[in-house]
Amino acid sequence: MGSSSSNMNNIPDGQQLLQETGFSAAHIVRLYERFEFLDKDNTGHLRPEDLETVPDLDKNPIGARIIGAFFPPGKETLDFGSFVRILAHFRPADSNRARDGAQQEPANSTTGKLRFAFQLYDQDGDGKISRDELLQVLRSMLGLQVTEEQLQCIAERAIQEADADKDDAISFDEFRKSLEKVDIDHKMSISFLR
Amino acid sequence: MAAVWMLSLLLSPCCLLWPTCLALTPPAELPQPHNLPPLLGINSSDGSLSVDLSRALRVFSMDYHHVQAPFEIVLWIMLASLAKLGFHWSGRVPAVVPESCLLIMVGLLVGGVIYGVRHSAPPTLSADAFFLFLLPPIVLDAGYFLPGRLFFENLGTILWYAVLGTLWNVLGIGLSLYGVCLLAQSSLGDVSLLHCLLFGSLIAAVDPVAVLSVFQEMHVNEQLHILVFGESLLNDAVTVVLYKLFESFLRLPSVSGLDVLLGGCRVVVVGLGGLFVGLFFGLVAALTSRFTSRAQVIAPLFVFLYSYLSYLTSEMLHLSGIMAIVTCAVTMKQYVEANVSERSNTSIQYFLKMWSSVSETLIFIFLGVSTIQDVHMWSWPFVCSTLLLCLIWRATGVLLLTAVVNKLRRNAVTFRDQFIIAYGGLRGAICFSLVFLIDDFPKKRLFITTTIVVILFTVFVQGMTIKPLVELLDVKRKKRALPTVSEEIHSRLIDHLLAGIEDVVGYWGQHYWKDKFEQFNRKYLRRFLIREDHQARSSILRVYQELERREQGGDVEAPASLVDPRSHSRPLLPEEMDSIRRILSRNLQNFNNKQTPAYSRHTLHQDATMDRTRKPLHRHHSLGERYTYNTITHWPQGEAGEFNGSRRVRAGLSRSHTVCSISPRLVLQDSAAPAASVQADSREDQISPQNQEPAGRAPKKQLSFVLENEKQQ
Repeated sequence: MGSSSSNMNNIPDGQQLLQETGFSAAHIVRLYERFEFLDKDNTGHLRPEDLETVPDLDKNPIGARIIGAFFPPGKETLDFGSFVRILAHFRPADSNRARDGAQQEPANSTTGKLRFAFQLYDQDGDGKISRDELLQVLRSMLGLQVTEEQLQCIAERAIQEADADKDDAISFDEFRKSLEKVDIDHKMSISFLR
Repeated sequence: MAAVWMLSLLLSPCCLLWPTCLALTPPAELPQPHNLPPLLGINSSDGSLSVDLSRALRVFSMDYHHVQAPFEIVLWIMLASLAKLGFHWSGRVPAVVPESCLLIMVGLLVGGVIYGVRHSAPPTLSADAFFLFLLPPIVLDAGYFLPGRLFFENLGTILWYAVLGTLWNVLGIGLSLYGVCLLAQSSLGDVSLLHCLLFGSLIAAVDPVAVLSVFQEMHVNEQLHILVFGESLLNDAVTVVLYKLFESFLRLPSVSGLDVLLGGCRVVVVGLGGLFVGLFFGLVAALTSRFTSRAQVIAPLFVFLYSYLSYLTSEMLHLSGIMAIVTCAVTMKQYVEANVSERSNTSIQYFLKMWSSVSETLIFIFLGVSTIQDVHMWSWPFVCSTLLLCLIWRATGVLLLTAVVNKLRRNAVTFRDQFIIAYGGLRGAICFSLVFLIDDFPKKRLFITTTIVVILFTVFVQGMTIKPLVELLDVKRKKRALPTVSEEIHSRLIDHLLAGIEDVVGYWGQHYWKDKFEQFNRKYLRRFLIREDHQARSSILRVYQELERREQGGDVEAPASLVDPRSHSRPLLPEEMDSIRRILSRNLQNFNNKQTPAYSRHTLHQDATMDRTRKPLHRHHSLGERYTYNTITHWPQGEAGEFNGSRRVRAGLSRSHTVCSISPRLVLQDSAAPAASVQADSREDQISPQNQEPAGRAPKKQLSFVLENEKQQ
């Protein structure tokens, strides 16, 4: 799929994105081609409808949430820079990157990845996953096969297990703790984005 | 128990008929029965039995020879089917002993009886009959009901196991056996390297028939199922090719490097050739089915004819018949299903199931019968080492291959899965037939005996113990690290998230080719191969029909026992915890929301329907979700009356309330906001209603909804 027309010079903020996200130049070019492919009417911005045309995303139980994650509340368009920055979360973590204290936590670290997943639950952005938000996600994942009572029980149990400070909601730290046995870096990375 | 008595009553005339029939047919070696009493007046020239009272007209006569061939065939099939019936009625036995074992035992019994009566070897399964008549229905059935999407997503892994794994096994077993033969020079000295390799190639084959029949009783997740099953299908191609290769090497005076190279090319040609033959016939079948609207009754026939033709053609050209028939089935399925009527579809599916079932049963019974043979050559070192080597090489092969492939897969193949793959590598009738086809050489009998022993061992020992061992492993795994509920939920969420991001990014490996194919399919193939009026049949109609079908016939696995719906906040009992965990593991296992139950030999499940139903449903889940949850939470306070009223009306409309609720939703798909209320309402229909709600208003309807949901689940 190597189209020769785009190289780093044509891409807006190309150099800055290279630095910020840690993608290689080839990957940025590839992502730009994909961005252009999705941007059917060539406005240079993506809208939610463009992302909805992605095949199989509608079969995904949390497809709508994923699209929503690309478009934070209030913004209806997505430019290439934001697109890449969001996708940077899914880059495998760099093991030997020297980090000084001032530098911000990179997007593709474990914490960054977990925060992205957390935001999928936490639609209202209050920093906690409430029981209702958990129920919504469960409903979309388990769908038609489970009754409402069973869903309630499952959500109840999940909150009971994770909730350390008994506020009937899951905070980010509690979320991270419940996933400590899972290899997030391996699970939440797309290998070709290396 | 009464059923068992009845069944044995049914079986006894069958068993009585058998020996008499076989006694009547004079076997070639026995002398003519001269010394029978003259009263019976057996006329040996034409074999008819008659009471020779006088030279008057014969009132009653029997002429067995006339009907002998079809009669015996039917009796065999009858025996097979009755045995199968008996098996299913025999209470607790199916849980412990897999069906294949019982069938082999029945075969052994019958073989013993025949041997006792005739004092000669019972009829064996001829390789031609097996390959030409018994194997195709099974493979066709497997190919037709193959869960396409799952198969292609795991295709890389499957090919990895099938091709490389088989090569590893063949070479390993062949070379090690040669080593054993060298060590035991005295008894096994005349078995050459090529013979060992030939034997290795036929014994390494994992048999799809045997695997399927054992996995029936074990509930494995569908990914594992497709891995083992796909591997057993594809490795047949590799096995048969290698077998034929080594056989032709044996016939050559000498084998040079060039021959080996040509052999390698031959493998590729055979595999790809089978694929193309299958594709060709599949497309022609799809095209033919387009024109069957005026003669719907014979539409199913085309499916069978074309598939069988593809098998025979590729056998004629010495290509891989199995690949051809599987490809043919996979290719023609979607077009045929769109073209022919519902009834024809049902007939196709039922006939396929029936034939493959009969075939499979016959194969196992014949395996049992053929074990009773006149001449067995036994050699302890050879047999034992073969058994051992088979196990060892398979285990190491699976371990090594999985270690490599896990780096490339996101869903790693766990240790438990690896154990099942390795231990579940059962051998079956394909090995058996192949061994009979070997050109005669001094140690052929030894090979036959060894093959029979290996087959019996794998089917009986491995088949019976795999389930308890797996449960033991599960218990151990559970003891070690119980994944918490939240961990499972979050992990699955992340899986779905990653799948979605891959879709957005257009992850090259999986989706690029799939997208390209879908475009090609839509633009050219569907237009050419599907009837005009059926093309426009939109997804809405199809969903409606599939839902109706699902309602009437289908049976999705029921979830665990209904959890007590009372207060939210009390701590959960361990049983409830278990049921929750079971629900989660069973439901959330469906990665990418594929709700297909694992492929089941004995039931028809609407797997194809699931994919199609999911599509529009989830479009509306996702679209609806953003807008409707506000309305649902506000619902109790506010517009209770209005919603209830409409809900009751909707409930009264038809029994199949989900169908009703979905169709209007689909029609209103484009208008988001105004449809929000309808969506909320109909979505509420799907989820069984909150209990606290206007209980006074429509308690009966709530109950019926709950029951509906339970029944559907």
